Amino acid sequence: MAEKTPASRLDLLQGTLDLLVLQTLRWGPRHGYGIAQMIRSGSRDVLQVDTGSLYPALHRLERQGAISADWETSENNQRVRVYRLTAAGRKQLAAERSRWDQLAEAIAGVMRKPSESES
Amino acid sequence: MKPPGRRRARRERELDEELQAHLRIAIAERVAGGESPENAAANARRELGNLARVREETREAWGGVAVERFGQDLRFGLRILRRSPGVSGIAILCLTVGIGANAAVFSWIEGILFRPFPGVAHQERLAALAGTMRGQPGHEGVSWPDFADLRKSCRTIDAFIADRIMGATLSIGERAERAPGSIVSANYFEALGVRPVLGRGFRPEEETGRNAHPVTVISWRTWKERYKGDPAIIGKIQRLNGAPFTIVGVAPEGFDGTFVGYAMRFFVPMSMEEKFEPGGWKLEDRGARFIEPFVRVRAGVTLAQAQAEISAVARRLEAMYPDTNRGHGLRVYPLRLTPFNGAAELGPTLGIALAVVAAVLLIACANVGNLLLVRSFGRRHEMTVRLAIGAGRGRLFAQLLTEGLVLSALGAAGGLVVARLCRGALALFYPARGTAIRLAGEIDWRVVAGAAVVCLVSTLLFGLVPALQAGRVDPAAVLKTEAAGVVGGHRKAWVRSLLVLVQVALCFVLLVGTGLVWRSLERIRRLNPGFSTRGVLVTAVDMLGAGYDADHAKSIETALLDRVRSLPGVESAAFARVMPLSLRPPSSGPVAVPGYVPPPDEQPIVQYVEVSPDYFSTTGIPLLSGREFARADDGDGERVAVVNDTMAAKFWPGRSPVGETLVLKGRPLRVVGVARTSKYQAVSEAPKPFFYVPLAQNFAPTTALFMRTSLGPAEMTAAFGAALRSVDPNLAHFEVTTMRRQVEDSARGEQVAVAVLEIFGGLALLLAAIGLYGVLSYAVSQRMHEMGLRMALGATGRDLLRLVASQGMALTGAGIAAGLAAALLLTRLIQNLLFGVSPRDPAVFGSSAAVLVAAALAACALPAWRAVRLDPWKALRE
Repeated sequence: MAEKTPASRLDLLQGTLDLLVLQTLRWGPRHGYGIAQMIRSGSRDVLQVDTGSLYPALHRLERQGAISADWETSENNQRVRVYRLTAAGRKQLAAERSRWDQLAEAIAGVMRKPSESES
Repeated sequence: MKPPGRRRARRERELDEELQAHLRIAIAERVAGGESPENAAANARRELGNLARVREETREAWGGVAVERFGQDLRFGLRILRRSPGVSGIAILCLTVGIGANAAVFSWIEGILFRPFPGVAHQERLAALAGTMRGQPGHEGVSWPDFADLRKSCRTIDAFIADRIMGATLSIGERAERAPGSIVSANYFEALGVRPVLGRGFRPEEETGRNAHPVTVISWRTWKERYKGDPAIIGKIQRLNGAPFTIVGVAPEGFDGTFVGYAMRFFVPMSMEEKFEPGGWKLEDRGARFIEPFVRVRAGVTLAQAQAEISAVARRLEAMYPDTNRGHGLRVYPLRLTPFNGAAELGPTLGIALAVVAAVLLIACANVGNLLLVRSFGRRHEMTVRLAIGAGRGRLFAQLLTEGLVLSALGAAGGLVVARLCRGALALFYPARGTAIRLAGEIDWRVVAGAAVVCLVSTLLFGLVPALQAGRVDPAAVLKTEAAGVVGGHRKAWVRSLLVLVQVALCFVLLVGTGLVWRSLERIRRLNPGFSTRGVLVTAVDMLGAGYDADHAKSIETALLDRVRSLPGVESAAFARVMPLSLRPPSSGPVAVPGYVPPPDEQPIVQYVEVSPDYFSTTGIPLLSGREFARADDGDGERVAVVNDTMAAKFWPGRSPVGETLVLKGRPLRVVGVARTSKYQAVSEAPKPFFYVPLAQNFAPTTALFMRTSLGPAEMTAAFGAALRSVDPNLAHFEVTTMRRQVEDSARGEQVAVAVLEIFGGLALLLAAIGLYGVLSYAVSQRMHEMGLRMALGATGRDLLRLVASQGMALTGAGIAAGLAAALLLTRLIQNLLFGVSPRDPAVFGSSAAVLVAAALAACALPAWRAVRLDPWKALRE
């Protein structure tokens, strides 16, 4: 992933990254590294979140009020910044999710069409 | 809430800590997964990527970053500026010149055309009103009866303001001086929103009744200079043209009246018109169009709406009073197009000046752009490193533009200082004598805003080139080849040459424009005005100003003429009511000629002037037939006239008018002579019908005096002064000068245009030469190695000289070619400012090219000399 150019990295994750972060935080508060790991394992290593995109996204969401952050001490005594979903974030997640579902369905529909007309 | 700076610092620390924690967790996980600690650290590090960039992009998510960055860039820009003071100094100097020239012209336009009357409220709603003849705009004024009817019947106008400039003798104690003043309607001060600092303005009744209200409001300057700010001035007596006037008010400081070009020293109500205006009582004469009024248009009403209403009233007046008003209309002008004061004369010049300073600015920007390009070459390493460690190209771009902005802001500040110093410069080019000239620029927020816009535009112009160049740097390539010398310099050299080419082209256009206007001024100066410009001296004696009545003035004139004629060296002398080619218009009146039937829509009105015997022989206007006036043509003799040949051809086609009758204002005159048509109001005017009547039969007390003599003005002044005193010790005369100078001064507009163009053209030439010099000397410094090699291989100094000079000349030649094409297209735009010169005058084009080539050769000289003096061994070793 180090070879990826900045442009393609942004294209891939712009917008979608916010959704993934919010969705991840639905299962409970997490620090930055944890969020990245969870997205990675959740996608069976297909989606690898670049740190250079993750932290700007987290700080942006924090500024927008979708998530909040606190300093906590982790299980192995690390001081870490833990993010959690706010009420506004839940609402945003629901909205973005339904938008994503529509989009996915629409794309799936377009992809299906030729085979249907053939039959 | 904490101050933003400290909050920001804390966030920076927290972000660092967060990223460090991220790294530690990543390493711990990798170690737990079986990697060696060294590998784990390296891999985690690589995965995290460019830490600086992560930080930078995260900071952006915080918002408010643009301001912070601008502050950083600004500080950095100032540091860069201090680091290369030479380059910065020249750049700021160029910008000061460029922006200063623009700001100066802005301030002139603001102070002369848009808001010419300091102290007057809402000048944007003020408009000038002037008469038209058969729809043709001219310099006609408005008569008082028409003025009175207009103000009764217009709804779109808040106020009609009557104003008439005049000169009067202002005497206080023993000292008398000629001073400009205004005859105004009673509402003058109130309608202009000017509140006298002492006393009052005029009362409504004070504008009515012939000579009934000898009151005056004096200007602040008159009060301060002549009365030393006397606090008890109200009620005191001021003698104006010999008559006592009661001072009722003092105008506020800075208010100079409402005539572009002159600062009024006093104001009198319209009822006192006869004391100041030649031609007697005019307030009941609908044909006496002597007022130059302003209107204050009602808020929300457009000029077109006001025009429609005023035109309707003018048509009604035309129908009601055909004898005086047939063919006469009225037109409303925005202040900047006022036809009757200095605005009309300077408007076109200022328009051209605006175009010229824009070109000067472009040339200056090209210079600065060039300088910055050279510097950016020196800073290539810095730029490359910044790109390599993660600065975005946009960020670099913004930083370079900010550096440019620092330069141009300093230039703009200097430019405003320059503009402030040049506020009064136009008045210096304006030839006028014996009067209080007022042509000041105005620096208000609009001018400052204009300068700021110019500053931003120039930043983009000169900052963009190096910024674009920096954007193109490929870090890897540059870092790898850094040691190899001049790489990538070729493209920059090309850009810089292009900039110089543009400069030379612009400069050529400016030089051509200057040359054309200069040549047409020469043409005007050399043009035969129809009377002698050699051997004739002119001056004027103000009889009206001395307070004399007509009979007394007439006897003094006769005595004075006799005295002057007997002076040694004087061949002849004559009086006329007005000087030819002066600001004061000749008389005019309706004429009729038996046998001449005018077209139905024409009310023939012809201009004429009142002259004494010997006028034609003294001024050198040739008589084609008949005789000139003699002593016998006085009040007791038959009323006579001399017509010019244009008038003869129009009214008496195919026959001689001598002995025929001419009816002026209903009174018959016998034509006794025909004179050749000369110039009356402007050297560039077309031949027009004109006639002369004897002063003795049509007495008017304001008189120009002509003396045919081989003596110079200096010698004549003393002799004439003594003669005048011996006739009447109370009389003062104007400066004694030559007829030639009178003719030259009549081309005031052209003189100002030439002066302005010469100065800006010179600046442009200087800047373009500096630009060329910069490019050549840089090229030489870059090619030292090559030149050393050439020398070592046997090239002589002369060869190197040719090499450098040919590069300079190639640039100049290309620039001139481009400029030639542009000039051929553009000079047509100034055609109406030219007189007797083709806008493609080959001599002007040729000499402009020659001047540019000379300047280019001068710019080549130093770099070429450096090339010639090159020590090949030293150059090669470097």
